[in-house]
Amino acid sequence: MLQLFMDHSGEFLEGLKYTLLSSVIALIFSLIIGILIAIFQISHSKPLRIVAKIYVEFFRNIPLLIIAMFFYVVVPMFWFKLDGFTAGTIGLTIYTSAFIAETIRAGILAVPPGQLEAARSSGFSYVQAMWYIVLPQAIKIVIPPLGNQFINLIKNSSILAVVTGLDLMYQGDLIASATFNTFDTYMIVALLYLILTLPLSIIMNRLEKKFAVNG
Amino acid sequence: MRKKLTYFLTMCLFLFTLTGCMKQNIAEQDIVERIEKEPTITWGVKIDTKLFGLYNIEKSEIEGFDIDIAKELTKRILGPKGKAEFVEVTSKTRIPLLKNGNIDGIIATMTITDERKQVVDFSDVYFEAGQSLLVKKGSTIQSIKDLNADTTVLAVKGSTSATNIRKAAPDAKILELENYAEAYTALKSGQGDAVTTDNAILYGMASEDSNYEVVGGIFTDEPYGIAINKNQEAFVKEIDQALAEMKADGTYQKIYQKWLPDATNEAK
Repeated sequence: MLQLFMDHSGEFLEGLKYTLLSSVIALIFSLIIGILIAIFQISHSKPLRIVAKIYVEFFRNIPLLIIAMFFYVVVPMFWFKLDGFTAGTIGLTIYTSAFIAETIRAGILAVPPGQLEAARSSGFSYVQAMWYIVLPQAIKIVIPPLGNQFINLIKNSSILAVVTGLDLMYQGDLIASATFNTFDTYMIVALLYLILTLPLSIIMNRLEKKFAVNG
Repeated sequence: MRKKLTYFLTMCLFLFTLTGCMKQNIAEQDIVERIEKEPTITWGVKIDTKLFGLYNIEKSEIEGFDIDIAKELTKRILGPKGKAEFVEVTSKTRIPLLKNGNIDGIIATMTITDERKQVVDFSDVYFEAGQSLLVKKGSTIQSIKDLNADTTVLAVKGSTSATNIRKAAPDAKILELENYAEAYTALKSGQGDAVTTDNAILYGMASEDSNYEVVGGIFTDEPYGIAINKNQEAFVKEIDQALAEMKADGTYQKIYQKWLPDATNEAK
């Protein structure tokens, strides 16, 4: 197994680079989009709520593969050129943001409504009450499930393998089919994914503890 | 502590039993002996390859050149009572499936190579194939020589054509997809300038859409063989014999005509 890794270390590390890059980009953008959609979902404006609801229900209920394939195959056919890496990362971002939106919305709703009411009657504006009272408590609730979503995101980035995104899984597929050493190759791929996901797990656990004490 | 130890030992025992079972894998049984008792041969075939192995949704069955060859072989080896079963494989899954005994033989547009010969045994050649290029009509690419650093070629993971094109056109950018259908779709959406694989498969794609054509002729010699697991010499022999009979009495040529009328002239 070590020999296999040494022979193909260039390819494996190249794949790891693209997986990491795609994950980081998708994580940042899906978090931003997810928060926006969550805010839309609990806003007082009905059109915004409907748009957010459709977004979440549509994208979390279809396979990631189809979203990625759409950007890889359909978009370049009719609109503009997208390479595999970009198409896969966009698909991953959209898919994950739907789950993150739901997670964050659940977190905000889990804060007892009395908190908001108490803050409002103490003279806070709606935005202030959200910012100072509700969101800090929501973050505490949301961190563990959010950690799950981030880990899922890294693993789901293997979708890039299907749309020629040059990621870890793509390289793994190529090495496995070139060497016939399927088992060892995928073991190495699994270990490399662990290198990405384990530190994230640890960071999320730390954050959870930190917020549990201070929050 | 003691409880934990007992638990651990039980798990170990369980695992050993499991691996023990795996050692006497069905893949190591002699196929010829087995099919005398139960006359069924399981073939691994493609279901996404036009002309060779394609799932027909209307008839809900797989059909193609490979399928007809497999049916004919089964009939000749087992007699009229014999049953051919088909299992879907891809370039990636076919060798693992053969190795663990899920299938008895692979008839799935599989090229005979020396590397593969170390892992599996091959029958005699049942189809003379060679690699070519499929492009959009009017493309600047008219042969393998036109591939340069600005052109992207689409291939399929795990196929010999991906390895070959790297040698034949070292400058070209190669992207590898999961299967031929995806490679063809990617070509249509402009993710690449050409699809490369065996000519017979490309003819199948070109027959779907008249905007695409096969160009440049064959630049490799990649005969298809039927792959059988190692240590099944008797079974390989029976297949070779049946194959020779088919060629001698014209059944093979009939199947060839049926599926590959365009390529018939090149047939040996």
